[in-house]
Amino acid sequence: MPSALALLFLQTSEKILSLSPVDLLVIALYFVVVLGIGFYLKRYTKTGEDFFLAGRDMSSWVAGLSFVAANLGALELMGWAASAYQYGILAAHWYWIGAIPAMLFLGIVMMPFYYISRTHSVPGYLKLRFGEPARALSAISFGFMTVLMSGINMYSMALVMEIILGWDIHFSIWVSSITVAVYVFLGGLLSAIFNEVLQFFLIWLGALVVSILGLIEAGGWNGMVHRIAERWPGQDYTHMWKDLGSFASNPMGINWLGIVLGLGFVISFGYWTTDFLVVQRVLSAKDLRSAEMAPVIGAAFKMAVPLIVILPGLLGLAVLPEHLVGEAQAGHGLHSYNEVLPLMLARYCGPGLLGLGITALIAGFMSGMAGNVSAFATVWTYDIYRALIRRDADDQHYVSVGRWCTVLGVLVSIGTAYLVMQFASIMDYVQALFSFFIAPLFGTVILGMLWKRATPAAGFWGLLVGTFSSIGMWAWVKLDPGALRYIALSPHAKDMAENMYRALWSWVICVVVTVAVSMATRPKPDHELVGLVYGATKMPYEASVPLIHRPAFWAIVVALVLVIVNLIFA
Amino acid sequence: MHGGHGRLSIWFFIGLLLTVYGVLILGSGLYELWVPPAHPAVLANLHAGIWWGAILLIIGLIYFIRFYPRKQ
Repeated sequence: MPSALALLFLQTSEKILSLSPVDLLVIALYFVVVLGIGFYLKRYTKTGEDFFLAGRDMSSWVAGLSFVAANLGALELMGWAASAYQYGILAAHWYWIGAIPAMLFLGIVMMPFYYISRTHSVPGYLKLRFGEPARALSAISFGFMTVLMSGINMYSMALVMEIILGWDIHFSIWVSSITVAVYVFLGGLLSAIFNEVLQFFLIWLGALVVSILGLIEAGGWNGMVHRIAERWPGQDYTHMWKDLGSFASNPMGINWLGIVLGLGFVISFGYWTTDFLVVQRVLSAKDLRSAEMAPVIGAAFKMAVPLIVILPGLLGLAVLPEHLVGEAQAGHGLHSYNEVLPLMLARYCGPGLLGLGITALIAGFMSGMAGNVSAFATVWTYDIYRALIRRDADDQHYVSVGRWCTVLGVLVSIGTAYLVMQFASIMDYVQALFSFFIAPLFGTVILGMLWKRATPAAGFWGLLVGTFSSIGMWAWVKLDPGALRYIALSPHAKDMAENMYRALWSWVICVVVTVAVSMATRPKPDHELVGLVYGATKMPYEASVPLIHRPAFWAIVVALVLVIVNLIFA
Repeated sequence: MHGGHGRLSIWFFIGLLLTVYGVLILGSGLYELWVPPAHPAVLANLHAGIWWGAILLIIGLIYFIRFYPRKQ
C-alpha cells in the first residue's frame, strides 16, 4: 500500500491541476461509496436474473438514467469536449441527430420485441430469431468489441489523470479497473446500474458548474459567439447545418448526407438499438411500459448532455488564453484539444469544486468501464459459455461464471489498455470499431424484427458478409488512401466521413445479402416468430392508458424538442 | 423508503453522497472567504464553492430525507 500511495503522488512538472486535501477527500469518498454499494448489493444478487438483469425490477427512471450513464464514458466527456473545441458545434450532431431518433426508435419500435421475447441479451434475441450461428457470430464479435472499448476507457482515464494530475498511468489503470471489477463482481448488473445512476448525478453536478461560470465570463451565449468570431476569424464554430453542403466547407470534412445517413441512421441506430451495453440497462426494467419509457427518458437527458460536454469545448474557444493543438503538436507548453475540459476545470474551480469535477471525470470513466464489463459477463456467460461450452448447469453455476467473467473481462481490458497506447487517435479507432460490428448488426436485427420473410441462414450470412465488408473497406483505405474517393464519395473526405460512409455501405451490404439469401431459403413458420417479429406478435394495447403515461406521447415531445434545437442552432 | 426487495433505494445513496459533498464544498468555499487562496480561480469573486456547495447540500438532503430507510 505505501508503494501505491507513492505512485499516486508521483507527479510530473507539467500537470494542469493540483489537488488540495479536500479534493482528495471528495475523490476518496466516491471510491468508498461505489465499493460500499457493491458490498451492500451482493446479498440481493443470488440468481442469474438478479446478477445479469438486475432482477428485472428497475423503474423507467433508473433504467433510463443508467441507459445514458453507461454511455457517458471517457470518450463522451473528454473526447467530445475536445471535438467541440476542434470542430465547433458540429460535434453536437453526435448527441442530437446521432442519438435521439435511435433512442426513441428503440423505445417505441424495438423494445417490445426485446422485452416480450424475454431474451437476456441482443445475441440471445438473434438466437431466438435466426438460430445459433447468428448468435455465436454476434456474441463473439460483441465480446471482442466490448473488451476493446473497456480497454480504451481505461487507457483514456489513465492518460487524463497523468496529464492533468501527474498520476502514474499504470496506477490509474489498476486502481480504477480493480474498483470496477470488485463492485460488478459483487453485485452484477444491479451494482453497475446503482453506480451508473450515482455517476450520472456526479457527472452533471461536477461538469455543469464549468458551463455556468464559462457563460458568465463569456457574457452569455451571444457573448461567447462574438468572442469566438473575434478570436477565430473566417471559421464557423457555432452553426450545425449551414456548412454541411460539401466535404470541403467544414472542419470535419463531412457532408450532410454522411451526417444524416451514416451517423444519424446507421451508426446511431446500430449503437443505440443493438449494442448490448446500453440495451442491457433497458432490459432490466420492471415491465414493458417501463422498458419503452426508459429510452425516451434517456433521450431527453441525452439531448441535454451537450450542456456539459459541447458547451465547455466552445467556451474554451472563447475564453482560454492559449490555442490548443492536436496530439501530435502537444507538449512543451502546448496543450492538446483533449485537455480542454481539465483546463476549464482548472480555470474556474477552487478546492472542493475541483475534487467534484475530477470525480465527475473518474465517474464517467468508471461508468463506461462497468457498462462494458457487465455486458461482457452476460454475453460471455449466456451466449458463449452456456450456448457453446456447457448447456446444462444450474443457475448458481452461471452466476458464478458471470462473476469470474467480470474479473476475466477486466484483466483482458487491462491488456487492451496497454495495447491501445500504441494508437495515436483513440476516437478514430472507436469509430472504426463501430462500423466493423455495429452497423451490420443493426441491419440483421432490424430485418429480423420487421420482416417475417428473413430466414435463419440469411441472418447469419448477412451479418458475416456485412462485418467482413466493413473490415475490407477499412483495410482498403489503409493500404491505398486513394480509395477514400470511392468509400466516402469524395477525395476531400476526412476520417469521420470515411467512418460514416463505411458504416453505411456495410449496412447496405448486410441488408442486400440478407434479403437475397432470404429469397433463396426457407423462412420460419409464423408460430415460431411470435414475440419476435412485427406482424407475428400481438402488441400491447394502450387505449386505456392516459396520454401522459404513454411512451409514444413523450417520444413525440422529445422529437419535437430535437427539431427545435436543430433549427435554433442550424 | 425502500427500493425493490426491501433493499435501500439508489436515491438514498445519492442523497447521502451529495449531502456529504455539499458540506465539504460549502465548508471549503466558506474557508476561502476567511483565507483567500494565493492563486484564485477565474471568477473567484463569485464564490462558486459556496453556492454550488449549498445546492449540492439542498439536493442531497432532499433525497436523503425522502428516501431514508424507515420501518414499514
